[in-house]
Amino acid sequence: MPELIQLGIQYGGFLLLLVVTYFIGSMIERRHFRKLRLREEASTHFPCVTFRSVPSDWQVTEANLVTGSVVVSLDYFKRFLAGLRGIVGGRIRSYETLLDRARREAIMRMKDAAHTAGYSAIINVRLETSRLASTARNGEGTAGVEILAFGTAIKLAR
Amino acid sequence: MIVSNIETVPGKTIIEFYGVVTGSTVRAKHIGRDFMAGLKNLVGGELKGYTELLHEARTEALARMAKEAQSMGANAVVNVRFSTSSVAQGAAELFAYGTAVKVE
Repeated sequence: MPELIQLGIQYGGFLLLLVVTYFIGSMIERRHFRKLRLREEASTHFPCVTFRSVPSDWQVTEANLVTGSVVVSLDYFKRFLAGLRGIVGGRIRSYETLLDRARREAIMRMKDAAHTAGYSAIINVRLETSRLASTARNGEGTAGVEILAFGTAIKLAR
Repeated sequence: MIVSNIETVPGKTIIEFYGVVTGSTVRAKHIGRDFMAGLKNLVGGELKGYTELLHEARTEALARMAKEAQSMGANAVVNVRFSTSSVAQGAAELFAYGTAVKVE
């Protein structure tokens, strides 16, 4: 019994951290996905395309660069799981959803920026991903991932 | 200054080319922000401090690029690209480059 208590004290903090971060992390993720769906539905009328050219019958009056970016990171629990996954290999679902969330958020921010500035469409949308190194563990740890969405916003003559 | 990431400015024609213009900035993290981001790192989600930091830095890089283009007499920069690289622990370089042109 004393051994069990000692073990509990030794690993209890770690386990508690895993459990707490699991619940908070999942809650944040679910809420983010819900908000994203609503915002995406609200902005479906705003054209946002990856091709360079403008259809010849569009009368463009103004053009400028718009960007949207976001830095995200995984919660402690999922990072722990991803570490385990690294041993056996295969799909790391938690990173897939994280990057999906981040890309959609960056695109939404770019769209919002273009919309508030009075533009009516965005062409040549590009996405860039870069990893931010953390100062922890001699720069080995990942502080987060930055997703940048950018494109050329255009105003059309009506 | 008009900035676009395609070879032309839609709705306008290029009348003169001036060459490549660049703008860059190297930023390190603020210790307070780093600490907060460290805490946020436990629960995951957006690290707002970093998002703001990188956004400011990128705006600065774009402004420097635009200034260089302006000094050449250009009124637009086309085909703009971005690149981000971690040059040292806790510091990142944000780099923007494009071609300075005159449009009408």
